[in-house]
Amino acid sequence: MQTTQALVLRTSGTNCELETARALERGGARVDVLSHRRLQDDLPSLAKYKIMVFAGGFSHGDDLAAGRVWGSDLRAMRRELDAFVADGGLILGVCNGFQVLVESGLFQPERAPEERTLALYSNASNHYECRWVDLAVEASVCPWLSAGWKFPVPVAHAEGRFTCTDETTLHELQAAGQIVLTYQGQSDSATYPENPNGSAGDVAGICDPSGRVVGLMPHPERNLEVFNRPDWTRLEGRSEGEGLRFYSDLVAAAKP
Amino acid sequence: MATAQRSQAPPQAWRVEVFRRPTVDDPEGSHALAAAQALGLESITDLRLGRGYLLPPEFDETQVLRTVRELLADPVLDSARITAPGESPAREGQTFVLVARKPGVTDPVSQTLERALHTAGIAPTSQRDLLVTTFQAWELDCSPNEDHLAQLSRRVLANVVIDQVLVNDESLHYGLPPAGEAHGVVHVPLLNLDEEQLLALSSEGMLSLDLAEMLTIQGHFAGLGREPTSCELETLAQTWSEHCQHKTFRGRIEMDGEVIDNLLKSTIAKATHELNKPWCISVFHDNAGIVEFDSVNGETWDLSMKVETHNHPSAIDPYGGAGTGIGGVVRDILGVGLGAKPIANLDAFFVGPPDLPRAEVPRGCMHPSRILRGVVAGVRDYGNRMGIPTVAGGVWFHEGYTANPLVYAGTVGLMPRWAATKEVKPGDVILTVGGRTGRDGIHGATFSSVELHEDSETMSAGAVQIGDPITEKKVLDGLLAARDKRLFRGLTDCGAGGLSSAVGEMGAECGAEVDLDLVPLKYPGLSPEEIWISEAQERMVLGVPPENLDACIAVFDAEGATATAIGHFTDTGRLVLRYEGVLQADMDMHFLHEGNPRQTRQASWDTPDIPTPEVPELNDPGATLLALLGRPTVANKEWIIRQYDHEVQGQRVIGPTSGVRNDGPSDGVVLHPLPDSKKGAAIGVGANARYGRLDPRAMAEACIDEALRNVVAAGGDPAHTSLLDNFSWGNCNKPDRLGSLVHAAKGCYASAMALGTPFISGKDSLNNEYRVGAETIAIPPTLLISALSILPDVSKAVSMDLKTAGNVLLLVGETKNHLGGSELHALLGLDGGSVPRPDLSTSPDLFARLHGSMQARLVRTCHDLSEGGLAVALAESAMAGNLGADVQLPSGTGLNSTCALFSESTTRFLVELAPNNEEAFRKALGSHPVCKLGLVQTEPRLQIAGESGSPLIDLDLGAVHAAFNSSFQG
Repeated sequence: MQTTQALVLRTSGTNCELETARALERGGARVDVLSHRRLQDDLPSLAKYKIMVFAGGFSHGDDLAAGRVWGSDLRAMRRELDAFVADGGLILGVCNGFQVLVESGLFQPERAPEERTLALYSNASNHYECRWVDLAVEASVCPWLSAGWKFPVPVAHAEGRFTCTDETTLHELQAAGQIVLTYQGQSDSATYPENPNGSAGDVAGICDPSGRVVGLMPHPERNLEVFNRPDWTRLEGRSEGEGLRFYSDLVAAAKP
Repeated sequence: MATAQRSQAPPQAWRVEVFRRPTVDDPEGSHALAAAQALGLESITDLRLGRGYLLPPEFDETQVLRTVRELLADPVLDSARITAPGESPAREGQTFVLVARKPGVTDPVSQTLERALHTAGIAPTSQRDLLVTTFQAWELDCSPNEDHLAQLSRRVLANVVIDQVLVNDESLHYGLPPAGEAHGVVHVPLLNLDEEQLLALSSEGMLSLDLAEMLTIQGHFAGLGREPTSCELETLAQTWSEHCQHKTFRGRIEMDGEVIDNLLKSTIAKATHELNKPWCISVFHDNAGIVEFDSVNGETWDLSMKVETHNHPSAIDPYGGAGTGIGGVVRDILGVGLGAKPIANLDAFFVGPPDLPRAEVPRGCMHPSRILRGVVAGVRDYGNRMGIPTVAGGVWFHEGYTANPLVYAGTVGLMPRWAATKEVKPGDVILTVGGRTGRDGIHGATFSSVELHEDSETMSAGAVQIGDPITEKKVLDGLLAARDKRLFRGLTDCGAGGLSSAVGEMGAECGAEVDLDLVPLKYPGLSPEEIWISEAQERMVLGVPPENLDACIAVFDAEGATATAIGHFTDTGRLVLRYEGVLQADMDMHFLHEGNPRQTRQASWDTPDIPTPEVPELNDPGATLLALLGRPTVANKEWIIRQYDHEVQGQRVIGPTSGVRNDGPSDGVVLHPLPDSKKGAAIGVGANARYGRLDPRAMAEACIDEALRNVVAAGGDPAHTSLLDNFSWGNCNKPDRLGSLVHAAKGCYASAMALGTPFISGKDSLNNEYRVGAETIAIPPTLLISALSILPDVSKAVSMDLKTAGNVLLLVGETKNHLGGSELHALLGLDGGSVPRPDLSTSPDLFARLHGSMQARLVRTCHDLSEGGLAVALAESAMAGNLGADVQLPSGTGLNSTCALFSESTTRFLVELAPNNEEAFRKALGSHPVCKLGLVQTEPRLQIAGESGSPLIDLDLGAVHAAFNSSFQG
């Protein structure tokens, strides 16, 4: 049987590429880690991959804004990215990778990137936060995440507040099935710190209209092992971290 | 502040100011406003930030618009104001403050923007050398009074050490920093100076050399028949500084008739030598200690660890000081052997009380709360950006640190065994990689060797370094890639003393030649000695075989890191420096490294004459417990922990917090560094601000015990535990300071020998005094002990939160009247008494047996007893597990209940286990004291009865939780 090939992309300041690659490998893929520069020099090599993941970190220091510079770099390969998706490829952006995808404009393909109406803004708490949250998968057009599944993951970011220019954008995204993941609370809507950053609609992750480009702020690749959860010493009967399924479902959906 | 003389002309550059839209909040603005209000600047009622950029005047309007739309302003969040070159912006506020980095100070944002302008195709290749600078434009709608505005500028918006501030003045600087003087050889005439003049030369040149050293240098050059060059004199000052040479620890000490020749070798390193553990791979001679970890798939892996002090820079610039502290210790790990991958950071801060009245802050000092916020933000922004989890550490509060805070930063690395050794061969190319060299960080090594004073902030502005973590991340990525291709064989970091120390150390045994004009600079105009001693950050030095040079440079280039050959190692035993072909230094390596005179210092110690107070009778021990939980040193540090990424790299087993809500303070943390290994690495620290003044030896032994308790409580194997020592003391030229240091070092030796825990690395900071007028104030003698311990199996790690109602709670270890230096005494304002001191005849066996019981999976919960004693430990474990405890103090101990509850005796643990494991556990612990306290209960109450059964404490966990969260929260 052929193995699904996945590409983990990094650039200056990326720092989650190794655990992301490990998660994809544990999920059943064969993984290459490449720098953006190397890929740009050899764009045709994209064709051999079925999965492309933008790993987390602080690309280019997030110096101008989180994900801004790498997102801007992606404009130069927009045609290839569109072809990759049209060809059945799946794109994932985690944390800074999500910020990069937002900046690239991929989630609203009908608009120019500098006219997008959604953004990831400074956390409502006004500082970087690293804590564990509960996520729920919403019913969406994303082909590989099962609606209704809930799982714990850590978040670690300073700019993860999902924000839209107006209510209309959020409703349109909801109506188009583009809301993929939400923060879960004790009651219907999550409060701080259940929703760790003040995201509108408790949105933790979204997809593009095709469902094949997904971005999320939390880090499922940091919950692969039984002992990664902060409360694992209280639990019994688990054989793996819940984040592993996130990646194995992704790999399973991307047929080789 | 703006000076009246300066030209008010706006800069000849396009100016872009990006403000948050009124429809969204302005986080930076509200942050600054909150800080201003906390300072009592009530006439400041609003503030908003414009992120400012100066773009090249060569740009046309289309280029500027593209820059704004594609790179600077977010379409959802921002609105931008563009002003043409030479014009003044149309400001909306009443008042504005512009803050810009002083010329020459590192500005990573402008560098990123310069690159992005080219990659986005906004600036064509014909516009290569574009100059972009950044600034902050703060606008206020209110009309603050002049004093408030000045305080706001100086204390909230800017750090005058590195920033320039313009109030209602648009004349931002645009251009390169002014060039320095011509670069001939500068000789420093000292052959004919008398002693007084020699000392004046040392002090005016910030050389920090004492008379004996100046006389030695004079004699050396008299023998050569010439004056030294300024490069040579600076090289000697850097190499001989306390910071680089540890003159106190390596010198001769006379105390009570005893002569100690080299305190380090006769205590700390002696223990390591005598213990001679086979798993110690490299100790004391490299940048960091290296110990064996595990072998997986045919490869043997080691862990390396180093902890550094970064006290003086953090006192004058908390944010930059703490950040570069982390950056520096990370480079120690990158530079150990042939390079290790940093896998965890730790930080420990010692600061003044967060609620200190402003009037009590000494002149020239910052308030402790500002210092703490600054150092936390510095560690956060550097560690998080590097992708290294900050997992362990602590904060200790004490009046004695108000003027001289302590900032410790540590890093753990993972490396293959083959990379543990390195060599320098004559003919190898000296390759610098990473950051460019600027005028930042001149005299950092010598500055840190003198006491702070009220003008330190302005005097030593040049000693402050500015960090750029992304540059260091590029170095990390390039270095590990080049290591794995085995392209270099010599390596060290550029730390204190800059290139002078790095190249000087690497070439000490053979010789080196450097062409200083080849060193890549941030801007032109540096003199040769500035290039040579600059402590500009994020630089490493490699020794590369000539045949690998091109391949090595290519690896760094692929990561966007600059790599430049600046010279080569020789076999001449000389250090030769040139600038544009002109000889700047030609020195004997042997004199440089061995020539400084060894000094004899006098030491003495008198135990302070303080009567032991009566054991206090407490009317309401529950109220006392709540008060202790709210003391800053004990209270919740979650506001700090949550700002650090402690999960990156996905290695978590036991994190800094534990429990149902993940808010219980863990003892040690446990990492799982190798995915294919069962083994884990536990990290723990021990320190105390109050014990050392009363009994420095007991303090040292108690701190080692605490560090070991922390790792053992989490599952670490005491038989595979190594220690690191970091001494921060007052001026050790004063006999009483040195006497207490000697006692502490002897305690380190005794503990390490008894416990079988070798020291693998250390670093000291021995001039922590603050001068106000004629008086100097020393910090409390402070020893930070870090422990690195191996867990045979991470699935057997243990956390501190109570697990199951009905389980048994046990107290392991003996409680004595150890209230001296306790949090209880501090709370009640009492002094004196017995400081906790471990019984080294029993503690090693207790640690071993407790670990054995964990390996047999008998223990469900373990929490170490430290500040606040048993009562605080019980409260923390109950709160973390959201389960109550119903316990009774052990009977027949002859101890007053105050001692039983709050004594801080060492080598004690609170343990929870299933009732059917109690017998096996008691058997496992042998003859060590194991007292049954009671049971875990569902009802969320902490109930503690006295030995007679009468209730002493009965608290709702909600009240416990509230008290724990009642202290300073940033």
